[in-house]
Amino acid sequence: MDITLNVNGRTHQLGADPRMMLLDVLREVLGLTGTKKGCDQGQCGACTVLIDGRRVLSCFTLAALAQGEITTIEGLSGEGEPLHPMQAAFVEQDAYQCGYCTPGQILSAIACVHEGHAGDEDEIREYMSGNLCRCAAYPKIVAAVKQAAPQLTERG
Amino acid sequence: MRAFVLDRAATSVDAIGLGATSTSADAHVRSPTQYLAGGTTLFDLMKLQVMNPARLVDISGLRAEHGRIVALEDGLWLGALVRMSEAEEDSSVRRDYPVIRDSLCQAASPQLRNMASLGGNVLQRTRCTYFRDTTYHACNKREPGTGCAALEGCNRRLAVLGTSGACIAHYPGDFAVALVALGAEVSVLSTDGRERTFAFEDLHRVPGETPHIETNLVPGDLITGFKVPAHAWTRRSRYVKVRDRASYDFALASAAVALDLEGDVVRAVRIGLGGLATKPWRAHEAEAALIGRRLDKASAREAAAAALAGAAAHGDVAFKIELGRRTLVRALLETQAMEVSA
Repeated sequence: MDITLNVNGRTHQLGADPRMMLLDVLREVLGLTGTKKGCDQGQCGACTVLIDGRRVLSCFTLAALAQGEITTIEGLSGEGEPLHPMQAAFVEQDAYQCGYCTPGQILSAIACVHEGHAGDEDEIREYMSGNLCRCAAYPKIVAAVKQAAPQLTERG
Repeated sequence: MRAFVLDRAATSVDAIGLGATSTSADAHVRSPTQYLAGGTTLFDLMKLQVMNPARLVDISGLRAEHGRIVALEDGLWLGALVRMSEAEEDSSVRRDYPVIRDSLCQAASPQLRNMASLGGNVLQRTRCTYFRDTTYHACNKREPGTGCAALEGCNRRLAVLGTSGACIAHYPGDFAVALVALGAEVSVLSTDGRERTFAFEDLHRVPGETPHIETNLVPGDLITGFKVPAHAWTRRSRYVKVRDRASYDFALASAAVALDLEGDVVRAVRIGLGGLATKPWRAHEAEAALIGRRLDKASAREAAAAALAGAAAHGDVAFKIELGRRTLVRALLETQAMEVSA
């Protein structure tokens, strides 16, 4: 079926099987491999993207029904531009080990701040609980979210 | 995931028209046509090939019609297409129905709550391993008449209340437990266009000999929303959830409690139990044990004993009987201790 997707400020028109999830279209059709396939079962958060700023799981979102502005990790900062403050905070805090869950963590963290759920460390831990990290970089992830939160609030 | 046809409904009339195309199945979960809202249960089970519908009817277009939260004079209306995260952030839910908010914000993950609808949430299906893993042959819920692998299998997360010899699968949700406690009603649109409203407690069924028939919905029925009546006990209400992980996990045991107190004496109490039963469980016996009595540790323990008196344990799940009692005692005493503004 015909599908129109708005991803990172660009409109894409493509034909796809109705079964295709947004995750697979991003990776396999559009070549945006920053969004990761972890469990493909709605449990790990690696495939988290933003749709109109709302964090959702792209493995449970039919591409055909993904309306709105989709933001993936590739859309946070352009070539040669400075990193998004949340990306910079993850780098500065060394908030990863293997890095596979990191794109999902960063997008989830941006939404977590904008939702107003990054008030203290306990709240960050609770509202980041949908993003699993098998390397267990959790303390540094919490530190990164805490570091970036005031900058994101200022950016609006 | 097997191939399916994707239809989109713009209105509830469209939806039930499409839903009426296959109404002969013996249970709504076995109908070849399924409504699609947030997709967090449906796609999960379709990827596992536990559910293989031939047609999906996308009802996200019905959000204008059935996606509102309305504070009524005598209660609260929650549209079926309200997202879990929207209900959890709603100011009247937070202030006047704290047990609903508690149940939502301890459920699933923020991403899942951003997607899942309230109507879909109450219909989420059991997490029993033998139901979810199709390499096991025996599951009466998935394939009627095949038996139950869980009775003698790994069953520590399953049910101790409302079980039968055919099925001990637990109902895994949280929000529905708050709804049964508060005596909510559910509104359902049938394929003939008629709307019926009945007690939410009567939506789900205990398994008996037909665990594949999980609710009293028939194929094509569409949940439009929930009415929660306001009472003296709604503001003093709380949801306590005990789980293996600190966050993002299903309940091993949970209790929704709403209390109307005169001093320490119980004028009225409503109790729902989660994680322990085959359906969202209203603990009528525990309520009866508390009416007119001073609420303290001793009376809370008596009520908890009454709540679990009918429990049946199969193997590893036996620990849930004591865990359930302790969870309810804690929920009662914490609800009593709540500071409630007038």
